[in-house]
Amino acid sequence: MFEKYMIVEENLKNVVDEDKVSGFQFGARLPYYRGVSLSMLEEIEVSVDGTILPQEKVHLIVRDKTYNLEQREQELDDRWEMGEVVQLFIENEGGLSKGKHQLGLKINIRIGYLPFPAIRNAQKEITIQ
Amino acid sequence: MKDNSIKRGVSLYSYQEEFFLKKMSLEDCIAETAKTGATGIEIVGEQSVPGCPKIPSDAFIAQWFEWMEKYNVTPVAHDMFLDYNKQKGHYWTDEEAVESFKKDIRFASALGFKVIRVIVNTTPEIMEKVIPYAEDHDIKLGIEVHAPWHINSPWMTRHWEVMEKTGTKHFGFIPDMGGFTKRLPMVQVNRLIRQGADPDIAKFVCEQHEKGVMAEYTIYEVSRMSDRRIDMSVAELSRHNTFANPVSLKEHMDRIVHVHGKFYDMTEDFIEPSIPYEDVIHVLKDGGYNGYICSEYEGNRHIQDIQEVDSVKQVKRHQQMLVNYGVE
Repeated sequence: MFEKYMIVEENLKNVVDEDKVSGFQFGARLPYYRGVSLSMLEEIEVSVDGTILPQEKVHLIVRDKTYNLEQREQELDDRWEMGEVVQLFIENEGGLSKGKHQLGLKINIRIGYLPFPAIRNAQKEITIQ
Repeated sequence: MKDNSIKRGVSLYSYQEEFFLKKMSLEDCIAETAKTGATGIEIVGEQSVPGCPKIPSDAFIAQWFEWMEKYNVTPVAHDMFLDYNKQKGHYWTDEEAVESFKKDIRFASALGFKVIRVIVNTTPEIMEKVIPYAEDHDIKLGIEVHAPWHINSPWMTRHWEVMEKTGTKHFGFIPDMGGFTKRLPMVQVNRLIRQGADPDIAKFVCEQHEKGVMAEYTIYEVSRMSDRRIDMSVAELSRHNTFANPVSLKEHMDRIVHVHGKFYDMTEDFIEPSIPYEDVIHVLKDGGYNGYICSEYEGNRHIQDIQEVDSVKQVKRHQQMLVNYGVE
């Protein structure tokens, strides 16, 4: 469901923090038909060229507020709304090298009425300028 | 339109593809509903209204009722959820679930909805605890009878017991038309074929389903034909899409508070090939049902990988089908 819209390439960039590239960032949409509180995001897993990056390196930027893994898990009020593009910032010294990469995004949402986890995967070939 | 006849509505869930991609705004969804001649609006609150189930701002509420007047439509139903596992590592107590439920009742009340679609995982115990609050707000609660459940499933029977025991007028059933899926929706089957399922196995599963063979038998047969997960997924379509005899609604007619007009694909001659709508509508009319049937298009997720989704066209066709079957 909505897998093809999960990765929003338009906002893709390496992030420079005090003259150093601290990681990279891209836009993402929640693959679900309603918004959920951030606490319901069981897993957000990012991979680059087949290598899975540690989840604690993934930060969620929702309407200019940044959440690390622990903060996200405890956030019962703030929500990732339906169709909303939020930014994922991935701590990764040096960022991504120039050129093409295969970007993977897995989102696992805890949904009360499903007896199994709702896991959705997306892959996209991206280019770092 | 007479008060004693069935009324037509649209669940804005139907436009989820365009709404998700921000090609349609909330107002656009309401305007498109009105264009079909439908008079009722249903929403999944957490889809259509940011921050739901928090009560929206006064400005939003004023705007909402302006739209209702401008497009000559009525709020009919709000679909709620219970996120029992919202907090990692903690499963809600009944008290916490009831508090969450009450928020939805206040939300629905603020936007003028008369019915709440209760998510199917809600327990009968919680229903019993929340009914007085719904009565106070004059909101009718309806447990969604969603496939693979049917109206006489054990789970629904327990909810029925609560309806009987309390004698309330504010709790009943919301049958979802997906529970009358006589033929498997081809949009679902074809998506799995695109993902690699064996077309011959898919054909076999479709035939078994239409014959009414029990899903577990079909799943076992397929497990002997293939050891691939994707082929099992095709077999499992027959378990998730269920068909019950529409006559089963008859006995519960007084308890039906609302109807979800689920559909997967409308042909250009106004037929939903997987669901015998005419038969179900006949039972509803015959039984004197006078609430709403809200179109609920759910085909987008099965075709979005290969084609542009046109929810507006799909809903128009579905509404025309309802008219053709005598729902004015």
